[in-house]
Amino acid sequence: MSSLRVFFVGGYLAYRALFNWLRPTIYIPTMLGGPVFQILFFAYIGRFAGLRNDEFFVVGNAVQASALAGIFGMAMTIGGERWTQTLSPLLATPANRIALFLGRALPLVVNGVFVSAFGFAVGWALLDFDLSAGELPGIALVVLVSSFACTALGLMTGAVGLRARDVFFLANLVTLLLLLFCGANVPLDSLPGWMQTVAKGLPLTHGIQAARELADGALFSDVSGLVATEAAIGACYAAAAYFLFRFFEADGRRRATLETI
Amino acid sequence: MKRILRLLYRGWLFHLKSLTLSGFFIIVSVISPVIFASIAYLMFRAGARPGSLLFVAIGAGMMGIWSATLFGSGGAIQWQRWQGTLEYCIAAPPAFIWVILPLTMATATIGLYSLTSTLVWGWLFFDVPFELAHPAWFIIALPAAVLALGLLGLVLASTFVLYRNANALSNLLEYPVWLVTGLLTGLALLPGWTRPISWVLAPTWGVKALREAALGGDPAFPVAMSLALGIAYLVIGHYCLLYFEKLARERATLAIA
Repeated sequence: MSSLRVFFVGGYLAYRALFNWLRPTIYIPTMLGGPVFQILFFAYIGRFAGLRNDEFFVVGNAVQASALAGIFGMAMTIGGERWTQTLSPLLATPANRIALFLGRALPLVVNGVFVSAFGFAVGWALLDFDLSAGELPGIALVVLVSSFACTALGLMTGAVGLRARDVFFLANLVTLLLLLFCGANVPLDSLPGWMQTVAKGLPLTHGIQAARELADGALFSDVSGLVATEAAIGACYAAAAYFLFRFFEADGRRRATLETI
Repeated sequence: MKRILRLLYRGWLFHLKSLTLSGFFIIVSVISPVIFASIAYLMFRAGARPGSLLFVAIGAGMMGIWSATLFGSGGAIQWQRWQGTLEYCIAAPPAFIWVILPLTMATATIGLYSLTSTLVWGWLFFDVPFELAHPAWFIIALPAAVLALGLLGLVLASTFVLYRNANALSNLLEYPVWLVTGLLTGLALLPGWTRPISWVLAPTWGVKALREAALGGDPAFPVAMSLALGIAYLVIGHYCLLYFEKLARERATLAIA
């Protein structure tokens, strides 16, 4: 019961307190405006380069937009504890660490889905892109799984933030590398071989591929393997993040560096 | 005059060194342009449009100059507030514009790292040839573009300060300006109503000047436009700063972050 409270209430409170972009004056330009212009920017480059149609870029970038909340959000809600000097009291509590950790991810997964849905809606309104009603549930599920996988990568970034001096540097770097590797704008088969190999181990790659196939009219059963792979990648990052978190917690106690900024 | 020039030079050098040590600006001015350049190189390679990758390299470099100016200058006054140095900057004997201008110029100058990194990156990994059609014009166009963006930074610094969350505004304006100024796309592809917006933005003329100097064409007009826009930005920035200073003194909000 206590773990459930930590998961839901603790996660909600951490989101309210530490997700610095929650105010509308920051949330709207950063979380909604930025991704929308990102979609337009790449769609126009795609047109100019004669690469693919608008659908390719709307789907790729709208799914990729879920990464923003997951990665920066976790950097804020985990790594941010150091900045607010609340890390030591937090780690002194007997709270279940998995509940504590994953509870912070849940609001960000939901946030990622919302941002992604907004990206799809704007892409539909402004570009040459359309989805039938029957395609929506499948794409919604893919976005949910992709958002979870990105948030899991964000958990790892946040866990590193328990040690790293500048967690936002890392969050920026991870987001940019995802944009390059995950096939949001460059077809995977156009990437060099080593990049394709790296991409297969990253969140989003399989999610974007599944969403594109669904948007092209495939059945959900056709892409279930891709969705399962995306979920498995997310689970692996979440597990790695948990172990990193415990390691840095133990190491921080040993070295008395928990509050070093 | 000599004092003002010394202040500008020393301030520019100080901020240039300071920004070079910032992890955030390393991301904005080196890592991010290289990643965007890589995406663009791969997109153009895979696409159906034959074109020079040097076109892409210059565009991606200019993207970095804009980002550095946007994030650096947009938050310039707010940073002084957070650091508690804004009152000193305003109370100092020289006019505030001479104190803040070196900072906005330094943010644009740091963007030169972007152009250098995208050109070197492209040359090393994507076989982008670095052969300039008009090398002398390129040498003229580069500082003209940086100067115009630095002065645009002055306008950003003096207007963004009225918005409490300048960083969020910067986050919003990065992609749209990349788009409407045609840094990686042809302006002709964009809706007609975006054209006048692109004309009043320095990156449009900066990138045009650099491209015409590098790939062939007549860079004289875009260079002249960069300089003319720079003068206009200086005048606008000057009046906006006076307005900000007056408002902040009247409301006693100078130190309120």
